This record gives sequence, C-alpha cells and structure tokens, in this order.
Amino acid sequence: MSITLRVNGTEHHVDVDPEMPLLWVLRDVLNLTGTKYGCGEALCGACTVHVDGHVVRSCVMPIRRAEGTSVTTIEGLSPDGSHPLQKAWVEMGVPQCGFCQAGQIMTAAGLLKKFPRPTDEQIDQSLAGNLCRCGTYTRIRAAIKAMAGDKS
Amino acid sequence: MKAGRVVIPRRAFLRGLNLSIGGLAVGYCLPAAAQDATNEPGKPAGPKPTAASQATESKTPGLNPNVFVHVAPDGTVTIVCHRSEMGQGIRSSLPVLIADELGAQMARVKIQQADGDKVYGDQNTDGSNSIRGFYEDLRLMGATARTMLIAAAAKRWNVRPGECSAQDHVITHVPTRRTLGFGELALAAGKLKVPDPKSVVLRPRAELLHVGKALPLIDAPAYVTGQAVFGADVRLPGMLTAVIARPPVVGGKIARFDPKRALAVPGVRRVIEMPQPKPPYMFQPWGGLAVVADHTWAAMRGRAELDVEWEHGPNATYDSERYKEQLAQSVAQPGEVARKHGDPEAALKSAARIVEATYHVPHLPHIPMEPPVAVARMDGQRCEIWAPTQNPQAARTEVARALGTSEANVQVHVTFLGGAFGRKSKADFCSEAALLAREVGAPVRVQFTRADDVRHDYVNTVSTNRLTAGLDETGRIIAWRHRTAFPSIGSLFGLPVRPGLDDLQQGVLDLAFAVPNLSAEVCDATAHTRIGWLRSVYNIFQAFSVGSFVDELAQAKRVDVRDVWLELLGPPRQMSLSELGVAELKNYGQPLDKHPVDAGRLRNVLERVTRAAGWDQRAQQGRSLGLAAHRSFLSYTALVASVVKSATGKIAVDEVWVSFDAGTIINPDRVRAQLEGSIIFGMSLALFGGITMKQGAIEQDNYRGGARIVRIGEAPRRVHIDIVESDAAPGGVGEPGVPPVAPAIANAVFALTGQRARELPLIRG
Repeated sequence: MSITLRVNGTEHHVDVDPEMPLLWVLRDVLNLTGTKYGCGEALCGACTVHVDGHVVRSCVMPIRRAEGTSVTTIEGLSPDGSHPLQKAWVEMGVPQCGFCQAGQIMTAAGLLKKFPRPTDEQIDQSLAGNLCRCGTYTRIRAAIKAMAGDKS
Repeated sequence: MKAGRVVIPRRAFLRGLNLSIGGLAVGYCLPAAAQDATNEPGKPAGPKPTAASQATESKTPGLNPNVFVHVAPDGTVTIVCHRSEMGQGIRSSLPVLIADELGAQMARVKIQQADGDKVYGDQNTDGSNSIRGFYEDLRLMGATARTMLIAAAAKRWNVRPGECSAQDHVITHVPTRRTLGFGELALAAGKLKVPDPKSVVLRPRAELLHVGKALPLIDAPAYVTGQAVFGADVRLPGMLTAVIARPPVVGGKIARFDPKRALAVPGVRRVIEMPQPKPPYMFQPWGGLAVVADHTWAAMRGRAELDVEWEHGPNATYDSERYKEQLAQSVAQPGEVARKHGDPEAALKSAARIVEATYHVPHLPHIPMEPPVAVARMDGQRCEIWAPTQNPQAARTEVARALGTSEANVQVHVTFLGGAFGRKSKADFCSEAALLAREVGAPVRVQFTRADDVRHDYVNTVSTNRLTAGLDETGRIIAWRHRTAFPSIGSLFGLPVRPGLDDLQQGVLDLAFAVPNLSAEVCDATAHTRIGWLRSVYNIFQAFSVGSFVDELAQAKRVDVRDVWLELLGPPRQMSLSELGVAELKNYGQPLDKHPVDAGRLRNVLERVTRAAGWDQRAQQGRSLGLAAHRSFLSYTALVASVVKSATGKIAVDEVWVSFDAGTIINPDRVRAQLEGSIIFGMSLALFGGITMKQGAIEQDNYRGGARIVRIGEAPRRVHIDIVESDAAPGGVGEPGVPPVAPAIANAVFALTGQRARELPLIRG
C-alpha cells in the first residue's frame, strides 16, 4: 500500500506495511535518523515529531494514519540549526549524551507554539513524556525559559 | 556527518594522515618505549609500540591510528579522543588538555574519535577515569608535539629552544619576536627525533589557557539538529536488521522452535539460531533466535510471531523477594573479616548502647535512552563493527573470540553513545551483530528493543548491609561493624563468589572513619543472574546504608547529623592503611600518596554543603532536609536534599545542594552537568529503582515499575552546585555525584514523615 506524506517539506510515497509506525518509516525508509527509537510504547518521547503541527510520538503512529499529512522532524525544524530552541540548547549546554534531545526540542517547540512564555507547570506538563536518563531536565527548563525571555 | 548516510570509517582519514599527509605525529606509548622513535613522513607514526600494542601493530600494520596529535602543514591540529562520548562531554574536555599543552587555537583543532586499539592505552570508558587516568599522559602528548615544533623553529632560526614559546598556534622567538606558524613547522618537526618523555616539560598550570575555564560543548550543534550519528543511526548499503529472542532466564536455552510464522512476515529474511553461551558468561552473546529482516519493524514483527519454547535451566528458581530474605539471614551471621581496626567485638560487648539496622537495595537497571545496538560488516575474514561501546578494545577482543578469528581481523568504530552507564561496556551486542553478519553475508544491525534492554541487562547487584554501632555512656561512638552481602561482579567472570578488594574499595574499606574499633565483614551471597557495573556501582548501596545509618545514629544520640558525621570522620587527616584497618586498598587504581583517603576533604564538603543549604536554620524554615556524604572514585561529595509532600500527597524533592571536590577540574561546566545529571540518576534509583526477578526472569519490560525514571516535573526546581577549587590530582566526576543522593533523600523523608526507609526504592512504580 502506497502512502503519501510530506516530510520536512518534501513529498514522499512510501510502499510499506500500513501498520509500520511513522518512526520506522522515517528512520529505515527515509533515512532521517534524527528521530530516535527509545521505547516503542510512547513512554519516553525520543521519537517525537510534529504531524500537521501536532506533537506526536511517532513510534506508536501507524503510517496509514499519516496519509496526506505534513511531518516535521528535527532535521526540518530549521534549515541550519537556527531555531531559537536549538540555539538556546547550545548556548546553555543542555545535551549530555544527546539521544533524547531531538524529542525534547520537538516537544518544547510544540509547547512554545501554544504558550510563548510557559510557566514551570506548563513546561513540566508538556515535557512529562520526554525522558532523559542523563538528567538534563534542569537545563532543559532553563533553556526554554531563557529562550522565552525569562531571565530568572 | 550527515544522518542517514554511511559513516565513513575514520581509518580512511587516518591512513591518509599517517601515510601521505606527513607532518608531525606524536604517538602514545609508555615513557620508556619512545626513546629512539622517529617520525618520518610516509611512515606509520611512530613510537616504538608497547609490548601490548606491538602484537596489535604486527597484525594490523598501518590500518589503525596510533597517534593522539597531528599537526598538518596547513596548520590544522588533529587530536584523537580515545575515550567514548556517552554524555560526559569527554570530547569537549580531553582534547583541550592536549591543545593547551601544545599552544593550539581551539578553532583550528579537529577532534577525531579513536577506533578500539591498544596503542591508545586504556579505552574502557568506565570508572570515572578519563580525566583522572589521563591528565598527565595526554598533556605529555601535547607537550611533546610542542617541544618538537619549538625544536624545529629554533633550528631554523639558529637559536636556543629555551628562547622560544608556543602560544596561539605560533612559535615565537621571544627575544626577537620572530614567529613561525605551527603549519609552517609541521614537516620539519616531523623529521625530528621524538624526545625522551623524561626531557619533556609540562607547562605550569597557569599557562594552560582553557583548562578550568568555560569550554564550548563541541558536539552540541550536532545533537540539537539530529546530525550526531549514534550506534542506531549507522546505515550501510544492503544492511539488514536483526531483533533477537533471547532466553528469558540466564542459563536458559531453546527447547524447541518453529520459524514458520516469523518467516511469513513480509520483510523477514531468516530466522537464525544463536550460539549457546557457556558459563562464565562474561560478555558473551545471550543465545536465542535472531529474526533478520529488511528493516526494524519487520524484524520486530517477525520476532513477535516466533514460536519458541525455552528450557529455563538452573536459575529458573531465582526469586528476588525470597533472595532478600536469604541476604538478611546472611548478614545476621558473622562473615569474613575484610577490615579491622581495634577490637570491635569487645567494644560492642562493652558498649552502653547498641544501634543496629539492616538495609536492602535491589537490582538496578541501566536503561540508557539508546537501547544496545551494533552494526557489523564482514569482508572475508575481516569484520568491522560500528557501535556505541564504552570499551572498544573489549568489543574487539570479544568479537574476535565469537568469530574465532584474530583481533587483527576486527575493527571497532565508536559512534556516539546514547547513554551507557556501564551497560555498554559489555560487548554482547557487538558479537551478536558480527555473528549474524557472517551468517547472512550482509551487513547486519542488531537492535535491542526496550524490553530486550530491560530483560537482558547486566543489572547492578542486589545487596543487604547490616550496620552495628556501639556507644559509650557519654554517647560517643566507640565501635562500628559493617556486614555486607552482595553477589560480586566477579561472578560474571567465574571468579570466587565473595566480594574481594576490587568490590570492597567502594565504600567499605575506604570509609574514612575515626571510630577506635571498627570492622567490615563480608557475608555469603550467590549470583543468579548476570550482574555488572552501573554508574557508581557498589557505592550506591554502601553509601545508602552508611548515609542512612549515620542519620539513625543522630536520632539515637539526639544530636545533629552533621555533628555525627564530623565525629565519625575525626580530625582532618589522610588515613593510613593501618588506621583504615586494611593491608591493601585498591583505591581505584591510584596510589595513596597521590590520592589519599582524606577525611579532611569529606569534612570540608560536608561543612560547605550544610552552610549553603542553611542547614542550621532548617527547623525555623520548616524544611525537611536530609544530608549524606561519600568518597568515591577519588572524589568527595556531600549533598543535601529537601523533601516536601506534593499536592497529591507524594514525596517530592524540591531542592538539592551539592558540594563537590574532585581536585583539579578541566571543564567546570561539564562537571556541573554531571552533578546535575547524577542527582536525577540518583533520584531515579532512590525513588523508583528496583528490578525484580521471578522464576529467574526480570519482570520489568520498559520505563515502568522498577525501571521507571524521574520525569522533568519530578526533578528538583532548584539545584545548587558548589565545586571546590583545588590543585589536588584530578578525581572522578561522572559517578561520585550519585551515591549520596539516595541516603540524603531517605533522611529527608524521615525528617518529613518520621518514617525510616531501610530499603530502596522509596516509592514503588
């Protein structure tokens, strides 16, 4: 079954098992490996992308449900790593191993669309599903707030 | 490196570096070995190899880099990072040491990740050892290159080398202010004899321009754009993906299987029986059945369809709850005395009062965000591995062993590691990929699912400690007895069951207490599963037990726990072996004169952290604070945790203070980051960590229950990190922040609720 979707602005036709999660289409078919596999059950958030502007865990979204949608991955968040969140992440030295950070940034980008100046509670709630085993939470919160203009 | 593309083997670059570019290359070798080594363009760079590396060299001539620093004629300085990058920022730290000694501009330094090769010395990125183990050696590499550049410049100018300096990528003749760039000197310097390391002078600390300063995180741009290539991201032409059904019980094997349904899944190519491991298991693959498919999803689906029954073997009766009772019985009896000072048994008999408590810490998981994964490609007898490995040399050895070939035929490329914490020091997943690549005749990626990772972990060991203290009539602590029971990691290697010096150095033999009568006893504990190193390892439960017990002593004595710590530590001093009551202390591989067991440094961080946390005002402020301190990996950490009840009535940690003394610090921002991360790591194991086993199999299968980790909303909102400025030899950084977290939280919970937790986790699931 051929499925049509746009990924980072480019149209793709993929002929795969319709139950294959979007994550594996991105990683194994389209070779966009910035989106990570961490748990396969929407428990960790490493696979977070935007589908039609919504924050989605791609590891549990069958590709059939992505038919006709527009997907943005970390590779497409900005052309050159210049999204304000990416700049804030580099500036504040947020990443440790870096593996979860694409998912963290994609979720945070979704949060900022809704709440340009999020409170701690909004950050905690929105990023609750993005785990980081290295424990970069302190800096993730600081980077989001710095980017949103909160210097406290 | 672009994502989705083949990772270019670094050897392609380095072969060019050694054989055709020419220029100056200084290799790593033990000091005595380098004396008549020369570096000529066109020759593999070259120190005379050490005995260990000679074997490697003779088997793989010219294929592996044996250099740390290279200066190209265009002035580009290439520095090899031989330690794995797993989140500690080592690629942003180690090369700075070399560059500073050299006098290079960081902007003109390229960092090259080393393959696994003994020519680099120890590459096992473990034990918080990268800085503390290589601080001087790597500086020597840079200083040697500098000495040779200066010698070349001095020769050209016909002046004395002592009149020249190296800074900012140029050599300057100080009296005349003439300069020559590194690049201009590279070829000439490369023709010079490599100086005797004993003649090479390191710079005074003040001349190291970047060390100890704010340093950029060099890989951050790659991480935040999805361009960093982790093990899971390696793509080779024609690569297949394998997902393996491994025996659920250690020592189990396939009873019967039928591959039909799995093979019917579109995309599945083969179902392959893996070789059965034999004890001792070490880093061997786990056996089972591999489903090899065109892509990950097909392999996962194929495995779900597998019809397989297991014969569970001798460990099928292992039940971690019942085992806990066995450990409790074990520490109720005297064990083998491992440490003794004074006469603790007599002192306990004569004590006016006895305080005693037993603590239990369960098996703990690693669960790095990137589950284990490796890619292998065979070319005839040769095997190439790309893997997120902490220990590429061990991976090389193990893959060679699994394939029945020589190490010379195996090359291991180190990718970024998506977390590791000790799990990725084992090479099981590398060997699995190699065996499958050979079997199917195509490159193979072995992908662990999260369930595979949790169920086939080398879990941290399980432990019970019984601590007994004797107090005299005045309340002074006159006796201390520490009984410990835990299966040793040695069991993985078939070594004697009882923990030995390597195990007990972590918080038992090195406990810097001044109690006049003190002993430690090792009690029986048998391993029933694969156990391995987890970030800070045995220190986790030793610090939990001791840190909790000191708090219990404070309750018993009705004095402030900080004062009990200070009483136990005694006056500031460096402890002798006889005061420690041991004949020998491993001391993390370092001599005691360089890295003493220093009660004064532990006192210092205790005093600093309690001051920072407003410890003395905690009652007036209505705060529930807990304190703990611990020496591990040659560094000293004290930590205060504040605990509150959340809106839902659950325990929450809202603020943490840490004081940390790791001696000389190279990259303060990464040290801070490691401590921030250690707090969260320690919280996860304290609050939720607990792998349970029933009928020999691990019960958890994903980030749930005992394998749950702290979320952002559970992380403390306020974290205060105080790093002690020190010129002492560098200690470890990645691990020492973890051990005091659990006892500090448990003590704060007691302050809040009056409930004493003597077992982890504090909250279940």
